[in-house]
Amino acid sequence: MLQFITRRMIYLIPSLLGIVLITFILSRVLPGDPALMIAGEQAPQSVVENIRTELGLNDPLYVQFGTYVKQLFQGDLGTAWHTGHTVIEDFAVRLPATIELGIVSLLIALLVAIPVGIIAATKKESILDHISRFFSLIGACMPVFWLGLLLILIFYSKLGIAPAPMGRIGNDILPPTNITGLYLVDSLLTADWVAFRQALSHIIMPAICLSAGTMAIIARMMRSSMLEVIGQDYIRTARAKGLSEGNVIYKHALANASIPTITMVGLQIGYLLGGAVITETLFSWPGVGSYVTESILATDYAPIQAFTLLSAVVYSVINLLVDVIYGLIDPRIRYD
Amino acid sequence: MNSTQPVTEVVQDPEAISAFREGWFKFCQVMKLFLRNKLATLGLVLIIAWTVVAVVAPLIAPYAPDATELDAKLQSPSAAHWFGTDQFGRDILSRVLHASQISIWTGLIAVAISFFIGVPLGGIAAYYGGWLGNLIMRIMDIFLAFPSLILAMAIAAAMGPGLISAMIAVGIVGIPEFARLMYSQTIYLKEREFVEASLSIGVRNRTILMRHIFPNALAPLLVRITLGMGFAILTAASLSFLGLGVKPPLAEWGAMISDGREYIITGEWWIVTFPGLAIATTILGFNLLGDGLRDVLDPRLRTSRK
Repeated sequence: MLQFITRRMIYLIPSLLGIVLITFILSRVLPGDPALMIAGEQAPQSVVENIRTELGLNDPLYVQFGTYVKQLFQGDLGTAWHTGHTVIEDFAVRLPATIELGIVSLLIALLVAIPVGIIAATKKESILDHISRFFSLIGACMPVFWLGLLLILIFYSKLGIAPAPMGRIGNDILPPTNITGLYLVDSLLTADWVAFRQALSHIIMPAICLSAGTMAIIARMMRSSMLEVIGQDYIRTARAKGLSEGNVIYKHALANASIPTITMVGLQIGYLLGGAVITETLFSWPGVGSYVTESILATDYAPIQAFTLLSAVVYSVINLLVDVIYGLIDPRIRYD
Repeated sequence: MNSTQPVTEVVQDPEAISAFREGWFKFCQVMKLFLRNKLATLGLVLIIAWTVVAVVAPLIAPYAPDATELDAKLQSPSAAHWFGTDQFGRDILSRVLHASQISIWTGLIAVAISFFIGVPLGGIAAYYGGWLGNLIMRIMDIFLAFPSLILAMAIAAAMGPGLISAMIAVGIVGIPEFARLMYSQTIYLKEREFVEASLSIGVRNRTILMRHIFPNALAPLLVRITLGMGFAILTAASLSFLGLGVKPPLAEWGAMISDGREYIITGEWWIVTFPGLAIATTILGFNLLGDGLRDVLDPRLRTSRK
């Protein structure tokens, strides 16, 4: 098992290098002169030229790449001009909000999608199956930004039962003592019930919005892999042995059907990262995603590049973890 | 150029005619299977409807898409403005209709970029193999390591916001999927007898790849194109929503929703609802059609929608 994990980790190295190379190319080779961006359109040529030298933009590309990699190893992702901080500092402040939103969204998606997928498969062609398939069809084609706005419209503007889409907690409430940075966890740890209720009510809408697409895809995946497994011989054998239906479905079928679903969850992390940019912007959620949108509007490139790089790294590492989990669940995979 | 190729087809050739009949028969069978799938038919209807709308938009739109009417700002849907008006008094219905042109063009151009770069790359990588093939496919894998919307965002931001940037960005993001699909198809097809037969009579590699392997890989590629259109339209709309797509006066669904964002709080629902419905129905159409085509054309990839 250890050998399997090591081998998978070694595979990760060239792909990480590739990711760094692509983000580098994006920042240097594509049109758009960073020096001109910093200096402004009307800046005299000499000023632009000075900035170019200062940034090392006049060096040969391979030297620039070397410098870029060196800076990455030193944890230097550049400076965000529009906030005046280094990108790392801004990320450190904003990351907990994004992590909290991401975890809650994924939990909602899994808690709804897996049972729905199982029931839809075991009660195929029932009304519930049709309803769940209808929603997974809709969920897959609804743009995140539109769904978010409809949620705000219905639950805040019209019904008035949701809080204003303005951040993680009400303006008049103090955030809980900072322990993990996740408001829900921190307020539970400090038994700050007011903050907990506030944080919970603020996170529900953005989390549902972000989870919808994932929920739809996982429910569909779960249904189809369950259907496939239920048709297998070993399920018939299990039934023939006289096992209860619950035992057959939840022990024998679910374990086997969960493998493709786990892969899908890994792939969905990428979707969640992209969706977070949009969802956070809609709900003024003070995370990394809304930071990226602010940077886009301010034509500030360093944060965008850094976010691109980090999300690709996170995505790759999570897919590595998925592979490892795979190996744990299904020993056959370790020996390929 | 093709001196080694012995047969040229003549239309009057009875064999060609019977081959044509056979092809037609096959086509009819596929169509019959396809039309039996109600959801796929719905998808096709949605796409045809939006395409027609895009073509005749200037004729059927009651107002010009950028005509402002300052005393008719933020009006709810009425007889004069079926979908209401936005904050500049522009008619939402007219803008939604006109925007269909941009969305469909964006989808077509982006998918064309993905297709015409991805398919040759995948085909070459699989057919010739070796270090070149390996290199190509590893590069594709690295592109797939980026979450798609984020990569599109980074490319569009680096190129400078605008419609063209958005199209190119979405097109680049779609390349690896096409390359991988063509790769797997070519790997499977290049071992088949007809390729061996062509090789043995001295047909060039390039000709084999283009005239024998590519046509045989068309069915799954067609499915990918259809699903890719939905993906491209959605991603381009997301880029516009983030301010990386079309510039303001131009009507585009994602940008219209972005414009109407602030008015949601005060309850002006029509500004975002109609463009959103337009995006959702278009993507629904492409997704349904793609799934349906897959079921009919490629039983090996059949979804579990039993």
